[in-house]
Amino acid sequence: MSELLFKNGRVVDPTSDHDATADVRVVDGDVAEVGPDLGAGTAEIVDCSGLIVTPGFVDLHTHLREPGFEDAEDIATGSAAAAAGGFTAVCPMANTEPVCDSAAVAEMVWRRSVEVGLVDVFPVGAITKGLKGEELAEFGELHSSVTRVDMFSDDGMPVADPLIMRRALQYASTFDAVVCNHSEDPSLTEGAEMNEGAVSSVLGLPGWPREAEEVMVARDLILAAGVGARLHVPHVSTAGTVELIRAAKQRGIPVTAEVTPHHLVLTDDLIETYDANLKVNPPLRTERDVTALREALADGTIDAVATDHAPHAPEHKDQEWEHAPCGMLGLETAFAVVYTELVESGVLDLLTAVARFTTGPSSVRDVGEHGRGLRAGEPAHLTVIDPEAIWTVTPSDLQSKSRNTPFAGRKLTTRPVHTLLRGRFTLRDGQVRV
Amino acid sequence: MTSTAPPAETTTAARMKHLIAIGDLDAAQIELILDTAESLREIATRPIKKVPTLRGRTVCNLFLEDSTRTRISFDIAAKRLSADVINFSAKGSSVSKGESFKDTALTLRAMGVDAVVVRSHSAGAPLQLAHYLDVPILNAGDGWHQHPTQALLDLFTMRDHLGRLDGIDVAIVGDILHSRVARSEVQGLNTMGANVTLVAPPTLLPPEVDTWEVSVARTIDEVVAEVDVVYLLRVQRERMNRAFFPSTREYARFWGMDSERLERLREGAIVMHPGPMNRGVEITADVADSDRQVITDQVTNGIAVRMACLYLLLSGRGDEVEVGA
Repeated sequence: MSELLFKNGRVVDPTSDHDATADVRVVDGDVAEVGPDLGAGTAEIVDCSGLIVTPGFVDLHTHLREPGFEDAEDIATGSAAAAAGGFTAVCPMANTEPVCDSAAVAEMVWRRSVEVGLVDVFPVGAITKGLKGEELAEFGELHSSVTRVDMFSDDGMPVADPLIMRRALQYASTFDAVVCNHSEDPSLTEGAEMNEGAVSSVLGLPGWPREAEEVMVARDLILAAGVGARLHVPHVSTAGTVELIRAAKQRGIPVTAEVTPHHLVLTDDLIETYDANLKVNPPLRTERDVTALREALADGTIDAVATDHAPHAPEHKDQEWEHAPCGMLGLETAFAVVYTELVESGVLDLLTAVARFTTGPSSVRDVGEHGRGLRAGEPAHLTVIDPEAIWTVTPSDLQSKSRNTPFAGRKLTTRPVHTLLRGRFTLRDGQVRV
Repeated sequence: MTSTAPPAETTTAARMKHLIAIGDLDAAQIELILDTAESLREIATRPIKKVPTLRGRTVCNLFLEDSTRTRISFDIAAKRLSADVINFSAKGSSVSKGESFKDTALTLRAMGVDAVVVRSHSAGAPLQLAHYLDVPILNAGDGWHQHPTQALLDLFTMRDHLGRLDGIDVAIVGDILHSRVARSEVQGLNTMGANVTLVAPPTLLPPEVDTWEVSVARTIDEVVAEVDVVYLLRVQRERMNRAFFPSTREYARFWGMDSERLERLREGAIVMHPGPMNRGVEITADVADSDRQVITDQVTNGIAVRMACLYLLLSGRGDEVEVGA
């Protein structure tokens, strides 16, 4: 029997609104009890004084790049990045090569992640074969595979045809699955390279107007309402999208939404350097959008923080802005960014912030026992965070194979100290345990 | 060699390290460039059009986008100053050669060039280059972003014809959205105290143009009688395929310069165009050949202005104050 006792931590658990000092006993990989002053007995004691203990984080939106783009990331390095960021579950997107539009690919990703053993992986299936937007992928086959895919997205590529999108929503409901459409009307973003506005105007970069996102989200909400199927809106980036989702939720439309740490913090004026690490899709917006996104995350209009962790090899980012690919690293900085910018500034209380990393994402799709809270009998997925840790983001120190963080050089507060997956340390004292 | 020197008096203008965007320059720096160009202009009239000022210096023309006029103009400018010129051309980006932009930059650094003149389809490429190289970078046009020497030669031409820049009224007409020339023009004119009006259909105006400190007019008729300069931009015919405007015929009707409008110009007002012109679209042939156009002067002045820029960026490096020495 193995027994661990996490002693004197500030246990923050959104499933029970618990935010108080307590001990967590883990026996043979499961949470055995949570409460004050638990007896040590034979347990190995992990001193958590001054530390925060939470359920393990869940990321709804991850690019692990394997198979196909292992120059940027693979399942091993991406899993290490997840563990270092306090995540115990991630949802890799389908835009690999080959595309995750069949059980074979989903199961390959899952099997590889089990071998690595640092994070539980819940693949996202493609909506359409090859992400081409034409024929539906076999949702049923993906859903009945060992990976139990119940979320479908052509992330990176919008489902532009409203008929395909409508049918995808309808068909997905057979399997209680949620459809997540990359919200971008492609004809409005032809050649677009950054947010359309005063900054793009001066920098001479083709604009990605907010309307391109909002038109697509509005369409999808109408379609979802029409057929009574569930929609998940990824990486919300504009104040207008927030308003659409808020109104839809008030009308009872079954929609969930996520926002990335970078859209909560960064704005398009930073792009005056043409640093391609700031190039992302949807693009960084403006202060007005950031404010709306923060409010929406606080009031629950947006359910989850999702990283959209998108590694790219340095040689691809070391291009002219126009030729550099879109995407930013996120797993290792996500919670620290949200804590530093939103919790410390009072936009979110700690319990809500933790909820957006745990119960929020687990309400969107099935991620097994993740996001369920620290309860006796549940597998021990937990994250222990040092709220006093102040660190500077140094790209070369990250676990990811890539270096494209937009937060390089930033000072962040909080860092995961330990991450446990089924009671096993995947991160201990800040070191990833392969 | 007094004639090759810039203005005899020393200047208080701060030394430029690069020339990437006109907005990086203040009025004193722009004036220094124009005055220097003025004194270098005379070289073009000599039987032997060459001075030894930049002998032993190597200027690399890095042209990653097709360009004939600008490349030739820079080529002549550098050669008249006796610099060695190497041409590094690649169609498309560095990507098409399978090399990252960073590697292209590091290659140039390793070759020990003294300055790089860069033209790129990609906005921001000159600024990115400046991160990798510690020699002066001259932006010869980057995407829709900037074309600073074009704006400087235009300012030179306006000052030459109108006698001043402060307080003059300039209309820039046409495809502002896709124009690096317009972006540089507006910044340069604003810095020098001119009043700028942009004239274009809303489809061809930059987003949030109200942040640009310019006036906006809807059609050319609203402004033609009230400006000292009508600056026409080239309109690419393929724009009408993407619904920016319905046809070249309709464009010419509302935004083109024709002889009837020419009649309504202020006395002494001039018509400018950065070239190449689309005769019959933004400018009719009779306007292009009229006595109000200064379009060929722009081309001639371009050489003197580019000589001035090369001179100021390359000579007396390490001399932080006395640019004119």
